[in-house]
Amino acid sequence: MAENTTGYRYYLTLCDGPTCMQKASRTMRETLERELARLHLSDKVRILVSGCLGMCQKGPILIVNPGYAMYGRLTEEAVVRIVEEHLFNNRPVLDFIIDEDHLFNKFYRVFGDVNFFGKQMRIALRNCGVIDPESIDDYLCVRGYEALAKVLSVMTPWEVIAEMKKSGLRGRGGAGFATGVKWELTAREKSDVKYVICNADEGDPGAFMDRSAIEGDPHTVIEGIIIGGYAVGARNGIIYIRAEYPLAIKRLERAIAAARAAGLLGQNILGTAFSFDIEIRLGAGAFVCGEETALMHSIEGHRGMPRPRPPYPSASGLFGKPTLINNVETWANVPVIILDGADWFATLGTKTSKGTKVFALAGRVNNTGLIEVPMGTTIRQIVFDIGGGVPDGRRFKAVQIGGPSGGCLPEQYLDTQIDYESLTQAGAFMGSGGMIVMDETSCMVNIARYFLEFTQDESCGKCTPCREGTKRMLEILTRITEGSGTAEDIVRLERLGALIKRASLCGLGQSAPNAVLSTLRHFREEYEEHIQHKRCRAGVCQAMLSYAITDACTGCGACRKACPVNAISGTQKTLHVIDQKACIKCNNCFVTCKFEAITKS
Amino acid sequence: MKLTINAISVEVPEGTTILAAAAQAGIKIPTLCHLEGVQSIGACRVCLVEVEGAKTLVASCVMPVMEGMKVYTNTKRVREARRMVVEMLLSEHDGNCQTCNRNNDCELQSVAFDLGITDITYQGVKGRNEVDASTPALVRDNGKCIKCRRCVTVCTQVQAVGALFPQFRGFKTVIGPAFNSDLADVSCVQCGQCAAVCPVGAIVENSHIERVWAAIEHPSKTVVVQTAPAVRAALGECFGNPPGTLVTGKMVAALRRMGFDVIFDTNFTADLTIIEEGMELLKRLTTAVRDKQPVALPQFTSCSPGWIKFAETYYPEFIPNLSTCKSPQQMFGAIAKTYWAKKAGKDPKNVYVVSIMPCVAKKFEAQRPEMDDSGFVDIDAVLTTRELGRMIRQAGIDFNALPDEDYDRILGTSTGAADIFANTGGVMEAALRTAYEVITGRNLPFEELHVTPLAGLEGIKKAAMTITGTLPEYSFLEGVVLKVAVVHALGNAKRIIEEIKNGEIYHFVEVMTCPGGCIGGGGQPRLTDNEKRKKRIEAIYKEDEGKKLRKSHDNPKIKQIYGEFLNMPLGKTSHHLLHTEYIKRERV
Repeated sequence: MAENTTGYRYYLTLCDGPTCMQKASRTMRETLERELARLHLSDKVRILVSGCLGMCQKGPILIVNPGYAMYGRLTEEAVVRIVEEHLFNNRPVLDFIIDEDHLFNKFYRVFGDVNFFGKQMRIALRNCGVIDPESIDDYLCVRGYEALAKVLSVMTPWEVIAEMKKSGLRGRGGAGFATGVKWELTAREKSDVKYVICNADEGDPGAFMDRSAIEGDPHTVIEGIIIGGYAVGARNGIIYIRAEYPLAIKRLERAIAAARAAGLLGQNILGTAFSFDIEIRLGAGAFVCGEETALMHSIEGHRGMPRPRPPYPSASGLFGKPTLINNVETWANVPVIILDGADWFATLGTKTSKGTKVFALAGRVNNTGLIEVPMGTTIRQIVFDIGGGVPDGRRFKAVQIGGPSGGCLPEQYLDTQIDYESLTQAGAFMGSGGMIVMDETSCMVNIARYFLEFTQDESCGKCTPCREGTKRMLEILTRITEGSGTAEDIVRLERLGALIKRASLCGLGQSAPNAVLSTLRHFREEYEEHIQHKRCRAGVCQAMLSYAITDACTGCGACRKACPVNAISGTQKTLHVIDQKACIKCNNCFVTCKFEAITKS
Repeated sequence: MKLTINAISVEVPEGTTILAAAAQAGIKIPTLCHLEGVQSIGACRVCLVEVEGAKTLVASCVMPVMEGMKVYTNTKRVREARRMVVEMLLSEHDGNCQTCNRNNDCELQSVAFDLGITDITYQGVKGRNEVDASTPALVRDNGKCIKCRRCVTVCTQVQAVGALFPQFRGFKTVIGPAFNSDLADVSCVQCGQCAAVCPVGAIVENSHIERVWAAIEHPSKTVVVQTAPAVRAALGECFGNPPGTLVTGKMVAALRRMGFDVIFDTNFTADLTIIEEGMELLKRLTTAVRDKQPVALPQFTSCSPGWIKFAETYYPEFIPNLSTCKSPQQMFGAIAKTYWAKKAGKDPKNVYVVSIMPCVAKKFEAQRPEMDDSGFVDIDAVLTTRELGRMIRQAGIDFNALPDEDYDRILGTSTGAADIFANTGGVMEAALRTAYEVITGRNLPFEELHVTPLAGLEGIKKAAMTITGTLPEYSFLEGVVLKVAVVHALGNAKRIIEEIKNGEIYHFVEVMTCPGGCIGGGGQPRLTDNEKRKKRIEAIYKEDEGKKLRKSHDNPKIKQIYGEFLNMPLGKTSHHLLHTEYIKRERV
C-alpha cells in the first residue's frame, strides 16, 4: 500500500497463515493470478500476502479493498467468480462474503488505528493482516521505525529503560518478569560485549503466536530488538527461532536485509553513533531450548540444557557476557510503548499486568485462531464472545492455559481475569499463550497424561526430579487410564508433583507437574472414577470402554468383517455378539455399523 | 559474607557456595553429581537445602551465599525431597548391589544409606541396560548410570577428549559415545578418568582378575608380576589405610602369598627408560645443536598410554616428537620374556607376565598388536590397583597384618628416580638427574635432587636451565638454555601443544594423561581428589628419598643388563626390544 498507490483498482489481502496455507491459500493465489491475467487485470489489482488473520476456522481468507469485502472458505470456483464479478464487474459476490458481525472485521476496517475493537485489542499483532510483511515500505507507512528514530534522536538509554519500567510491561514468554527491570539489570553491567536475544523458540504444542507475529509483521520485532540493544548498550542481536518455521525465517531474513539497506541496522544507524546488527540462529526443535539458559547453550553450540541461576543472563549470559533476552511478543510491544508512551500503555490491563496478551485459541471452540486481548479480559469473554462458545451444543468443561507448564481450569473459573497473578492463583499459568478449550468429550486424566507425556519426552534429562519424576508420574497416569490405578496412586501423584515443583533445576521442570496437579485439584472425581469404577465419563480411555450389540442388529455381518481380531460372531440375519475378552476396543465395529446397533460405554 | 546455616553463624568470602559454607560450619550435605574442582552443575538435586524466602528448594552445590541468607539443611521438607530424589535414582538404577563391582565403594549406596532409605516407593521401568565391553580397558553399563555427568565433564573438559555425551531426552537420556556407538568406535583414549569419577558402577575397568587367577593356578606357567611405582602409594587405601600410606613391602608379601611365582618391580624398567629416553633426548639435541640438522623437538615422554593414543588421534603431526621408548610396562614384558627367561632357564612361552598398574589405559597398551617384540605377547594381563585390592580380599589375606617383604632379583632392583615416575614431573626430574650428570659430570643442582618448579599440582609447569660446565664431549651444549615443560591431564597437553604450534620452543615435555600423574590414575582407589593426590605424591617422594640410589644410571642391575644383554643405550637390541612405533589414528 506504500508504493504506487495510484494505478491499482483493487488491493487483495490473501491470508498466508499456517492454517490457511494448509487449506491451500497458495493454490488460490495461483488461480487468482491466472484469472486476473485472463481478464487483463494483472496490473490493476495488487495481491498482498498477510500473516495469520486469526480466522483460521473460515480460511482461506481473502480481503478485497477498497470496500473491505472479506471472503472466506475460498475454493477455486469462488476465486473465479470473485475475479469475474467483483474485480471485473465491481459487484461483490455475496455468496462468499463471511459474517459481517465478527469482531475481527471491525478491527480490520480501521486498520492502523490502535484502539479497542470489541473484546480484542491488537498491540503486538497490530499490523498483522494489515500490511505486507515483506515490504518495509508498508511497515514505514504504519509509523514503522519511528520509535527507533525517536529513541536514537531524543532519548538516552536510561530514558528508554525508565519508559519501559513505567509501562509495566512484563515478559510475555511465560514467567512475567518485569521487562524494564531486566533491561536495567543488563544495562548496569559493565562489559565490552553484550548481547540481545529474541526468543522465538516457540515449542508449546498447538501454539503459533510467535510464528504468526513474525510472519505477519517481522519489522516490529526487529525494531523492538534494536531499541533494546540501544537501551542496554549492546551491538549484537540474535533471533533464536526454530528451524520448523521456514516462512517466518524467510520473512525475518528479508526484513533484516531491508532494514540494513535502509540504514536501520548495521553501522551508525540513522546516522547516529549507535551501531547494531542482528543475526538469526536456528533451533533444532527441542522444547527445552525455549528456556533461556538452555537457549544460550544451544547458540553456543552445546546441547541445549538449562543451568542453575544465578548467575542470571543479565550478568553472565551468552558466551559469559551480559545478555538481554526477551520473547517475540515482548519485543513486539516495545515500539508501541515508545511511540504512544508508557503512561498510555499502563492504562491498559490490570493493576499488576499491563497491556495485552496474545493467545492461540484452540480446541472445542467455534472460532479457533490467534487473538489478542487486554489483560483483565475474563476467560469467559475469550471462550464465549471471541471464541463463539463450544460447538455442537456440547457443554464447556475446562480450559487449559499456558501449554505444558500451565493448568486446566473448570467452569467455575470462567470469570478469572487474564493476568499473571490471577491465573497462577487459579492453578494455571500465563505461559506463552496456549489456550485449549475442552468440552465433555475430553477426559481430564487423559489430558493430564498427554501433557505429561510431552514434558517427559522433552525433559532435557539433566536433573533427577524432572527426568525420573515425570516418568514415574506418567507411568502412574498411564496405569490409571488403563484401568489399573489404585487409590494410593493419587497420593503418589500429588507427592511426586509437589517434589518436582520444588526440586527441579529449571522452570520447565518446576512447572511440569502443573497439568496433573491442576486436574487433580479441579477434576479429582474423574481420577476417582477411573480408579474406583473403572469408568471414563468422556469415553476417551479405550481400556475402560466396552462395546455391545443391541437388538437393532440386522445381522448384516459388516461389523464381523471389520473386526481385526475376530471378536464378533453371529450368522447372517441373526443378532451378533462381541466376545469381551477378545475385543481390543479398536472402535472399528462402532464406525462400521449402519444401524447404530453398537453401543460403547 | 555472613549467613546462618541451621542457625549457626558462618562467615565466608563472596562467591562461596552454600555447600562449601556448610562444610565450614561442620555440616555435611550429601552430593552425587558434584565433584570438587571439576563439576558443579546442580543436576542430581541431592544437595537440596531450604533458603528462607526462596520459592523452591535450592541446590547448595551451585548456589552462592548472599549476605544475611538463612539456610536450613535439615528440615522435614529437605529430608523428604532428598530422599525422594535418591529414591527416584534408585528406581531407575539397575543396581544389583551385591554383585556389583562397586559394592561397598558406591556413592549412591552410601547416600541412600545416609538418608535412611528403606523402600523405593516409586517403582517403574529401569534404565536401558546396555553393556558396552568393546574396549580392552573399560566396560560401560548404562543400566547403572545415574546421569550425573561427571564422566562427561572429565572427558570433555579435563581430558579434552569428548568421547562421552548426554544423548536423547527425558527418561531416555543416556550418557555415552555419540550416536550410541561403542566406546571402541570413537576416539576414546581409554584413560579411565570416567571410571575414576563415576559414583556408581556404570563405568569400570575391564577386569583381568579371572585370567590372572587361571594363570596362577596353571601348572606349567611361571607367573611373573611387576608393580608400577604409583601402586605402592595407593593400594593401602583399599584396606582402610589413610591416603599416602606406603605399602610396598606388604604388597610384595601379598603377591607372594597369592601365588605369583616371581615378584618384580616396574621401577626396574623405569630406570631403564631413563637411560634410553635420556640418551634419545641427547641424540636429538646433538642433531639439532651440533649437527644443525632438522630433528623433531621437543621430545615428548611416552610412558603414558592414554597420552600416546591422544597424540596419535588428535595430533598425529607430533608423532615424530614422541619418544620411541616403550613405556616401562612394555619394556618390562619384553625384557622378562627374553633376558630374564633365558637367565632363569624358563621357556618364554610358559612365562606369563602380569602388571599391576594405577591405570586402565595400560590394558589397552598391552594389547596393541605391535607389543610382541619378545616373540610373544609381551604383557599377558594388566590389573589395576583396585583389582589387586579385590584379589587380595578374594585370597583371604589380612593385608594390614602382613610383614614387609622384598622384591625378587634381578628385575626387582631400582633407584629413587624410578619411584617418582608416579608423580607429575617425576619422569622429567628422573631424566634430568641422569642427563645433567651425563652432560656435566655433576649432580643436578637442586636440593634433594628435586626439581621443585616442575613438581606439584599446577597443570602446566615450565622451567629453563642454562647448561654450563659441560664435559668435553658435550661442549656443544655449553650455554644452551634447556627449556622443559611438564603437563598432566590431557586438556593441559592440548594447551601446551597449541603453544608449541604457535611457536613456543621446548626441548623436552613430560605429559601424563591423568591429573597428578600416575598417582591419580584411572585404576587407583576411588575417589581421587587433590588432597589424596598430594598425600600420594608426598609418599612417593618419601620412597625416593629413602633410597640409597637416587639416579637411574646408578642402578647396578641396569649396568648389568647393558653389560650382559643390551650392550648400549639405543643399540640394536634396545631398538628391537625397548623402542616402538606409533600410528596415526582416525579421529571419530
